[in-house]
Amino acid sequence: MIINKIGKITIDIAFHLGRCCLMIKRMFFWLFNSKLEKKEIMKQTVRIGIESIGVVILTSLFTGMVLALQSGYTSKNLFNEPLYVGTVVGFSLVKELAPVLTAIVVSGRAGSSVTAEIGTMVITEQVDALYTLGTNPSTYLLIPRYIAFLIALPILTLIANVVGILGGFVVSYIKLGISSTVYFDDIFQYMKVKNFFHGFIKTFFFAFAIATISCYKGFYATGGAEGVGRSTTDSVVISMIMILAIDYFVSSILVIVGIT
Amino acid sequence: MIDIRNLTKIYSSKKVLDDISVDIRDGEIFTIIGPSGTGKSTFLKSVIRLINPEYGKIIIDGVDILSLKSEFEIQKVREKFGYLFQDGALFDSLNVWENVSFGLKYLTNIYEKKYLDVAREKLELVGLKGVEYKKINELSGGMKKRVALARAIAHNPRYVLYDEPTTGLDPISSDIIIDLIKNMSKKLKVTSIVVTHDIKLALTISSRVAVLNAGKFVEVDTPENIKNSSNDFVKDFISTSFI
Repeated sequence: MIINKIGKITIDIAFHLGRCCLMIKRMFFWLFNSKLEKKEIMKQTVRIGIESIGVVILTSLFTGMVLALQSGYTSKNLFNEPLYVGTVVGFSLVKELAPVLTAIVVSGRAGSSVTAEIGTMVITEQVDALYTLGTNPSTYLLIPRYIAFLIALPILTLIANVVGILGGFVVSYIKLGISSTVYFDDIFQYMKVKNFFHGFIKTFFFAFAIATISCYKGFYATGGAEGVGRSTTDSVVISMIMILAIDYFVSSILVIVGIT
Repeated sequence: MIDIRNLTKIYSSKKVLDDISVDIRDGEIFTIIGPSGTGKSTFLKSVIRLINPEYGKIIIDGVDILSLKSEFEIQKVREKFGYLFQDGALFDSLNVWENVSFGLKYLTNIYEKKYLDVAREKLELVGLKGVEYKKINELSGGMKKRVALARAIAHNPRYVLYDEPTTGLDPISSDIIIDLIKNMSKKLKVTSIVVTHDIKLALTISSRVAVLNAGKFVEVDTPENIKNSSNDFVKDFISTSFI
């Protein structure tokens, strides 16, 4: 019984991974063999970026604020002085929290909407219609969304870095009485360019994963409106798990190659 | 001309299309009728390889589309076709004229500035005026079908495939669509393949009618001969459809 179940799950995973790889292969084939849909890329980039910007700002603002609060009071309890608050906020955000939280927010807001949109297009035969009108879903749907995620997510992460650090500063200044000079010195004295790149590089992996999962789940949505709903939920859940898994593995590789 | 030989499509070990052979002549309206789930839409989608059949040949103007390996070659053959989908398959994110002119960019050399004029011309051909800037969700079912038809013929295809063109429409809208298919065939000299449940449509406009059951063509003949068929299934199907 258990062996049967394990076998079935293994076959299912292999099937989905294989089909997903074929989708990526098709996307790369058409990337180099068709004209880019510039209007569609622009439209998707604006949509993905704009759709998520408000939530990204709010998430990073409060993350920065709570980091400053927690680290400030912890060091105050230990050393009677709120020490290195800027360093803790800066490093935590730039290397980990801003890229990961932004990716999770984008997968929830934009990734789900991409899955729902493509899924609906599949069940209403709009995807088939693309073939009959001289183009194909890879050129018209996949490539613009991949490029849009790869442009929007790093930009959103940069915004999250800035907003989070500023949020941390507001709390440090008002609640902990830390001056701006001390707070920003704590950040820039210790942070190097490679620390920034450690977080920034990861956003491209996250973007690729979100685009792949949300497009794949949309393209293979079945079972009418209910099926599209299920695919959308799956897309968000799988994206979140993948973001955290990718975060660990890419961070490990970056540490090995010296981008710490 | 479209020459179909031994076309077989299998879904989960069930033969949906079972060794079908037929030739569709230039300029004719070839209609396929039959009960639901007998493979009518599968047949239509196979013709332009939206579905890959397991066996057979579909020779379109001398080229077997099923033997083509490259996507570019398949696309070249598909360019000869216009396809009216069952529910229109219009793009919700675009307005009416953007939908109608969508294929012009890929299938013709017409300048982008002329797209609106072409869209207007095709919309007029299907009896629609002043709807160019409307959103798709502002249209009625009949209007959506007509916009979809305008999109299907926008690039002046040699063949038009109609998937259930009158399904879900009221009798008046249905009659409009029937007239359009007839006129389209006459005016534009296109070869049409129509898949339908609508016996009235099949017997009114077709050059030949094929009755599909259990994956096989039970009979292929003129509407007159189909009406007077001695085949029990055809007789039953036509009589029950008229009740």
